[in-house]
Amino acid sequence: MIYNSETSSIRKERKVPVKIAHRSADISSLKEKARKVRVEILKMLAEAGSGHTGGSLSAADVVTALYFYKMRHDPKDPAWPRRDRFILSKGHAAPLLYTVLGLTGYYDMAIMKQLRKVGCALQGHPSSKLLGGVEVSTGSLGQGLSIANGIALGLRLDKSPARVYCLLGDGETQEGQVWEAAMSASHYLLDNLCAIIDANELQIDGHCNDVMKIEPIFDKWKAFGWHVFDIDGHDMEAIVGALDEAERIKGKPSVILARTVKGKGVSLFEGKAEYHGIAPTAEELAVALRELGE
Amino acid sequence: MGGSDRKESTPPATTDFCGQAVATRDAYGAALVELGRRNPQVVVLDADLSGSTKTVKFAKAFPKRFFNMGISEQDLIGTAGGLALAGKIPFASTFAVFETGRAWDQIRQTVCYSDLNVKLVASHSGITVGEDGASHQALEDIALMRVLPHMTVIVPSDGFETYQVINAVAEHRGPVYVRLGRAKVPAVMPPDYRFQMGKAHVFARGRDVAIVAVGIMVSEALQAREMLKKEGIDAGVMNMSTIKPLDTAALDEAAKNSRLIVTAEEHSIIGGLGGAVAEHLSETTPVLLRRVGIRDAFGCSGPPQELLRLYGLTASDIVQTVKDSLAPR
Repeated sequence: MIYNSETSSIRKERKVPVKIAHRSADISSLKEKARKVRVEILKMLAEAGSGHTGGSLSAADVVTALYFYKMRHDPKDPAWPRRDRFILSKGHAAPLLYTVLGLTGYYDMAIMKQLRKVGCALQGHPSSKLLGGVEVSTGSLGQGLSIANGIALGLRLDKSPARVYCLLGDGETQEGQVWEAAMSASHYLLDNLCAIIDANELQIDGHCNDVMKIEPIFDKWKAFGWHVFDIDGHDMEAIVGALDEAERIKGKPSVILARTVKGKGVSLFEGKAEYHGIAPTAEELAVALRELGE
Repeated sequence: MGGSDRKESTPPATTDFCGQAVATRDAYGAALVELGRRNPQVVVLDADLSGSTKTVKFAKAFPKRFFNMGISEQDLIGTAGGLALAGKIPFASTFAVFETGRAWDQIRQTVCYSDLNVKLVASHSGITVGEDGASHQALEDIALMRVLPHMTVIVPSDGFETYQVINAVAEHRGPVYVRLGRAKVPAVMPPDYRFQMGKAHVFARGRDVAIVAVGIMVSEALQAREMLKKEGIDAGVMNMSTIKPLDTAALDEAAKNSRLIVTAEEHSIIGGLGGAVAEHLSETTPVLLRRVGIRDAFGCSGPPQELLRLYGLTASDIVQTVKDSLAPR
């Protein structure tokens, strides 16, 4: 597989002791990968007949940038101690995580057909007991950032250069635990941690600010002591830039507010709360794949 | 069994609390410091109650490996989970009512579903919290923890047992809940006692009744045995300190050899030790069973000893239960 050679070269770079060197980002290649990620997400959801379409598509660009560019990881050695960690706090976006893990070479893409089937490793929400590459089981919202903090504290005790990334939904920040964790990360000066908010403005019952106002989200994170990046979450150059810059912020945790569109990439689903938890039908899939250039 | 075994299994200790009357939380605090000295992977978290749970001793000895999470139990458990994922052995402590109640979903979703190596050691369980009253008295924590897959549940009876339990759970891979108390308790376990996870300690077998107890009720059960002896009733006593996994062999044996089983716990009779024993014996060895414990009620403020009498958790209550149950109908 193409990505094996890439990841092994990342691994060599990782051993540079002072400054960890990265490949320069190939933006057009990352965009193509994000397109492919969307295609695979839609195929697996249509096959399963249920699952979370909107939130998987909205975060696709950010997670593609993490797994194909930013994170140092080894698909052939998911437990490599010096790997960067990704915690999917919004566990509903499981199809997105499964797709990037598959496309980066953690397992064969044929496994995607098992999503949500009895006895499969690809549970409706990620299970770390069943699937390698998944750091921890998630699905009950609001818990991932605390876990990410704990990993970041542990890595710091071990003087590990590894970093921790945590993806949350904007609706998810209605959970009180998120703010407990926001306080802790700032209190413990976790600069090896970068949270990303998939700010698609929608949750299952409607617009976030109608259901339970979350704005001013930028000011809130700022007030909690975080370095805040506010970017277009579908602009690959902006995503790569923020992820790189976050690594240079010292003495405080960083959060990237990725302003996104729920269902991004497929006009049928874009900006529609009703596609939060509905999989595409066969007809919708055909339309969507055409739109994505398949 | 002999003193040499203990020396081999654990390095020299300042004290192992053998024969000492001490609160189980005090034995925990001391055991943690020793563990920290021996194992650099041990880390400790608390939620603003380190002075009460006694984790403050570890905090002073190893400040870099201690994390006070403030008054935020959900974050406490999640952070402990993350530290376990980073290869640490986290001990997360606060009062039992907050640890198991406020953070139950975090324990379920993050710790147990992912089977993380987190040690939940909670103090201030049961009615003997005393004057602080019902809001601070966990009477349902065993039930809440016992129902979770992957979870081990342990209730030590005295300082000596607590000391051994803390060392044992550090070696065990997987989530564990250890229930400790606030009040000083008498030493009950004999000097040659060696805690084994999942193994009950049988003090004595009894033809008429077998009393199965945990925590502070072990001491009451032993007193009840002496009181019953004077009335010609032969009572056995066992300490079922590991409630999950339950020592089913010891229970089956007791049920076959005694006319009556009485459970005794400083916890609700619903879902705790009594519940666990009833569930098991009714499927394997049906026998007359009575449960001594809190009868579907909240606690209240008052001195611990008075509360134990008020809620029927004394040796006399066990004796009365035995006599009522064995009386011809």
